[in-house]
Amino acid sequence: MIRHIRILLRAHLRDERRAGEVTRVIIPFGIVALLVIPMAVGIATPLLDQIGPGMFWAVLVLFGTIVTQRQSAALGESRRDVLTLLGVDPAARFAAAALSATILLVGFAVAIAAVTILLYDPSLTGLGWLALLIPLACAGLAMVGTIAGSVAGGVGTRSSLAPLLVVPISVPILLAAAQATEGLRAGAGILRWILLLAVVDVVLAMAGVLTARPLEDS
Amino acid sequence: MPSPIASLESVAVRRPGALVLRDISFRLDPGEAVGLFGANGSGKTTLLRVLATLLRPSSGSGTVFGARLGTAAVETVRPRIGLVAHEPALAPHLSLAENLQLVADLIGVERAAADRALADVGLGGAAPRLVVHCSNGMKRRAEFARILLTAPRLLLLDEAHVGLDPDAARLVAHTIETVTTAGGAVVLVSHERERAGMMIQRAVELSGGTLTAVAS
Repeated sequence: MIRHIRILLRAHLRDERRAGEVTRVIIPFGIVALLVIPMAVGIATPLLDQIGPGMFWAVLVLFGTIVTQRQSAALGESRRDVLTLLGVDPAARFAAAALSATILLVGFAVAIAAVTILLYDPSLTGLGWLALLIPLACAGLAMVGTIAGSVAGGVGTRSSLAPLLVVPISVPILLAAAQATEGLRAGAGILRWILLLAVVDVVLAMAGVLTARPLEDS
Repeated sequence: MPSPIASLESVAVRRPGALVLRDISFRLDPGEAVGLFGANGSGKTTLLRVLATLLRPSSGSGTVFGARLGTAAVETVRPRIGLVAHEPALAPHLSLAENLQLVADLIGVERAAADRALADVGLGGAAPRLVVHCSNGMKRRAEFARILLTAPRLLLLDEAHVGLDPDAARLVAHTIETVTTAGGAVVLVSHERERAGMMIQRAVELSGGTLTAVAS
């Protein structure tokens, strides 16, 4: 199974790198979304400092949903069928898709984090924590998106249903990430939020692996 | 009488608001190539997916290579089933060679075999081309390269011969013959009776989710 995950992950990432949807479409649009607010409220205002981290996470969740859904949709029914017949475990497919989405989301997050710091100039302490916080949040969002893509794909309404599933299920991740960032603003400890995100990620990973086959058979 | 490769007994498949297949009984023996005809929406693809073990019947029973449908046993026989679906099962931004190599890696076959399979279907020179830049005919050929690579004993073709040039159509016929000669079986879904007729030994027809006619 690990071998299959590695092979599929490599193929997913190569396919995405050449398609360029994340790098050439989603990242620029995410940056535009972050640009709109300073243009509306003015560049030199304390308000930007306050809303910057929130804007970062909101853009990450909303645009990240597109990233994760693209990962699910790219594997159409024909390809899923062939992988099943080749003996690839649905759990391996879930893991490869979630890992691929995590890597793409981290790339997206790094790009918009740089723009957020540049435009909103949030006063954060302990920036090193972001190196842990962002991958944990991205992994959670990637797994939620991948599971939602499977659920919605099973009833044939992926494009409309999946985003509706992703956003509410992402709330705990968004809350923990936002609270951790607030902790960094206030100079307070954020270990408990990091641990919460880690626990959520483990639960989502288990849910994704355990539901992969039932979702495929449904 | 040899054990059937696949057999269905009173199989029905229900979808929300519709009975897609009803009371389907069907037997597929080694060496057989069967044409499955019917109008659009008659349930041909659904029946093919049941035979591929990808869709669990709502009622009735069936076996494929002796594994009862709807049980975990089908997982062991799936690698012996080859499916060429209506939509190509290829990653669009990988080259033809990379798509085949992906399959080779997954089933643990050396990559040179993937390259040979591509050459055998006449795509050796186009191997580095991205799928997104390939014609439909080339994608179909690549699907048959995958079939050559995986060498299934049950081959299920969903309109696989549609839109192919004469050379590629010969490739389909040759693949069917190769599988049946080796003791496997083929189901060819089509609504082009005349063209498919030359590649099969018997035909069944689906109409409104029911097998309504059988001809030799």
